[in-house]
Amino acid sequence: MTTTPILSVRGLGVSFLGARGRWNRVVEGLSFDIAPGETVALVGESGSGKSVTAMSVMRLLDPATSRIEGEVTLDGHAVLGLDEAGMIRHIRGQAAAMIFQEPMTSLHPIYRIGDQIIEALTSHRPMPKAEARREAIALLERVRIPNAAARIDDYPHAFSGGMRQRVMIAMALASRPRLLIADEPTTALDVTVQGEILDLLKDLQADYGMAMLFITHDMGVVAEMADRTVVMYRGRAIEQGATTALFAHPREPYTRALLASVPVLGSMRGEPAPLRFPIVDLQTGVAGPALPLSGAPDRSAPILDVRGLVTRFDVRGGLFHRRVARVHAVEDVSFSIFPGETLSLVGESGCGKSTTGRSIIRLNDRSTGSVKLGGEDLFALAPEALRRRRRDIQMIPQDPLASMNPRMTVGAALVEPFCEHGLGAQADGRAKAVQLMEQVGLTPAMLDRYPHEFSGGQRQRVCIARALMLDPKLIIADESVSALDVSVKAQVVNLLLDIQERLGIAYLFISHDIAVVERISHRIAVMYMGEIVEIGPRREILERPQHPYTRHLIGAVTVPDPSRRHLRRNLPARELRTPLRPIGYQPPARRYEEVSPGHLVSAEAGES
Amino acid sequence: MLAVILGRLLRMVVVMFGISVITFAIFFATPASDPAARIAGRNAAPETVEAVRKDFGLDRPLPVQYALMMKRLFITRDLTSFANRGQKIIPAIANAAPATLSLVSGAAILWMLGGGLAGIIAAATRGRWPDKLLMGASMAAVAMPVFWVGEMVNLVTQSRFHDTWAFSWVPPLGYAPLSEGAALWFKSLVFPWITLAFLNIGLYGRVLRTGIIETYQEDFIRTARAKGLPARKVLLKHATRSAIIPIVIMFGMDFGVLVGGAAVLTEVVFGINGVGRLTYQALKVLDLPMIMATVLYASFFVVVANAVVDMLCLLIDPRMRRA
Repeated sequence: MTTTPILSVRGLGVSFLGARGRWNRVVEGLSFDIAPGETVALVGESGSGKSVTAMSVMRLLDPATSRIEGEVTLDGHAVLGLDEAGMIRHIRGQAAAMIFQEPMTSLHPIYRIGDQIIEALTSHRPMPKAEARREAIALLERVRIPNAAARIDDYPHAFSGGMRQRVMIAMALASRPRLLIADEPTTALDVTVQGEILDLLKDLQADYGMAMLFITHDMGVVAEMADRTVVMYRGRAIEQGATTALFAHPREPYTRALLASVPVLGSMRGEPAPLRFPIVDLQTGVAGPALPLSGAPDRSAPILDVRGLVTRFDVRGGLFHRRVARVHAVEDVSFSIFPGETLSLVGESGCGKSTTGRSIIRLNDRSTGSVKLGGEDLFALAPEALRRRRRDIQMIPQDPLASMNPRMTVGAALVEPFCEHGLGAQADGRAKAVQLMEQVGLTPAMLDRYPHEFSGGQRQRVCIARALMLDPKLIIADESVSALDVSVKAQVVNLLLDIQERLGIAYLFISHDIAVVERISHRIAVMYMGEIVEIGPRREILERPQHPYTRHLIGAVTVPDPSRRHLRRNLPARELRTPLRPIGYQPPARRYEEVSPGHLVSAEAGES
Repeated sequence: MLAVILGRLLRMVVVMFGISVITFAIFFATPASDPAARIAGRNAAPETVEAVRKDFGLDRPLPVQYALMMKRLFITRDLTSFANRGQKIIPAIANAAPATLSLVSGAAILWMLGGGLAGIIAAATRGRWPDKLLMGASMAAVAMPVFWVGEMVNLVTQSRFHDTWAFSWVPPLGYAPLSEGAALWFKSLVFPWITLAFLNIGLYGRVLRTGIIETYQEDFIRTARAKGLPARKVLLKHATRSAIIPIVIMFGMDFGVLVGGAAVLTEVVFGINGVGRLTYQALKVLDLPMIMATVLYASFFVVVANAVVDMLCLLIDPRMRRA
């Protein structure tokens, strides 16, 4: 490369102060360059040191608990030699700007978005108020926020996650930076919104000629965004090169393993049954065969039959706390699940998929309709009878750490429901827990540990074991693998499939990740604004989607294929719609058309 | 907005009604609390007790007594004490209120300024010596009981060093109304203010420091730093404003309670005839009319202070404006 790089990192080492005053290395000997206008992706699993690298470039780590060594040159400045004032004068919000993973919490909640952008503008370039305001509006228009001039005086809470990320980008652009550091900018967003933001970043990069340091764990995003890729593993760059070459011929086993375990939408075209992820040998990076699920679901009688499920939440306000509106979170939802079958509920955040899961086991008592579990209507049960019935439906949560009592050993957490439901004595429960720990790939000795002593993937295995303690007939898995790293995600999905094969349990698999859903499902239901718009066998839905929303959702998924580098989806920027309705609103009765056996599409598809 | 204020007022009336009923009920439910016997005095003849009972209306049904008391308290405003015959309740409270209000308001200004300053400085110098010094001092301030601090202050300013140049300006104990001159009023209250504010400076400083340090963990602080704001702006504009809300809520509670009579220890130590003292004396002799009036007066301030605090929070944090 002949041009001087905009960012040059040489031998970067970062250590954090750990327990008992010991310094732990988290980044070691990292070197890479970014040329002007180029995008470099740092990719790796959690804990690989990629975010720490970005924070080190901006010197945002707490100097009391962190140490940075090496050489970082940004736009001609030796970053590690600058003091705090120098960082503010030359680097932060000047040569480089940064956007973050959590748009919901990264904006100050008590200042108007306009003021936050104006602050970024005026803190480096003194300018009259009116001019700053004009420029802020121009920036908001530039990131395609509809009706920018009117929305500039809104507070962050009035925006959805995608819109907030646009505001963050506008704020980053305020200084016309030469380098934009994007730390997992789309990880917390829905797929369709992720597509919009990636499009926007590509356009802005072309317009502004910015270089980009793009940090992500998502190989699909890397393929789509990056000219060059640096693969990180435990604080070291183990492989770097042009993205196309790296994806086509990964040299290192770890890179191969990482690529092989990425769920790819469309990879199961023509497969009849759910398929396990291929097991990748971490030493050689060679992927083993992908084993399909043997045994078909028993279609004689459904284990769970949901008819006309409705959940509405009141929105209160005004004088005397009256009801002013209603959120129709779940509206007239009907489906059934057969023993040994997996039905996936997919949709964007706020579409009602999690509420559906919670309503089925009556975790919110505002639902109407009928939910029959093996012929018995759960909604008609008295509280005590319902409590006993609950052992047949267990849940696997999204955040395993938050769902476990930090002061209870894992063993106690597993045995508690067993004894509570009178399935046996303490010793029987313990014996069963030992057996289940082995089944989920952990050792029985771990029963005496506390939740914080496990890794994320192990914790999710513990949660699966906990769900299995009561021999349930149905497991509701609500975003159970969404927070896990790709390799761990593949293992946990495989584990769920193993259990299904062995025990014939049915799953209600709630997820926004369509590539994983493709792997695990027999059937898929697509939810939008509280209603099911399309339901049917997995192949029907993914290969012949009928409803425009289903097509929109599938089209937005990223695929780890560098040939999509210049793809533009040209999606219009839109606010996420919530099913907020006035009091007394009567939803129109939905008709479903059967386009092929078992494949139903909401009939208003033709209109929208 | 009007709806919010109206709703507030309505709630206030309901709360005060509830408190008055409970106060009334507790008085009559207190064991061996025949008010007629107490008013008549020790060793009074049964006839005298009966006469007193009739005289004070204590023989009538309780709801009627309650209604009469409320009528005399709020409408005719001529309710008199059970203990000191002839002492009118309303003027007694009206006389005591300015002293308490002066004492608590001045102290409130002091502790908000002092606590705010201590909290911000400690948070900014976290882990270094100004922080350690301030937090040590605040722990000491919280630990020292207010009556003890008051007595020590009096010992220094009124007796030991009163005749030195430093404290010769301190007027004798007691409250000097504003009508007797602003300078004297101010001088008579300086040490009561400091004494009453002392504990709260320590308490508020600690709470604010913790709040600011917690806010520094937030993502939006990282954003503010990443966009190149100077450290001082991040601290004062971005971190402190978010951390101030618990302080404001605490302030509302403390202010209302103190104005309502909880400053009694300071009042007693400095010889200030305020509402706290009045309540205390009424309680000693179970003087129902006086207790009723002071309790209602206190609840009024607590409810009003809370309403004001809620409004302030709406101003500070726009998220709370959502219905």
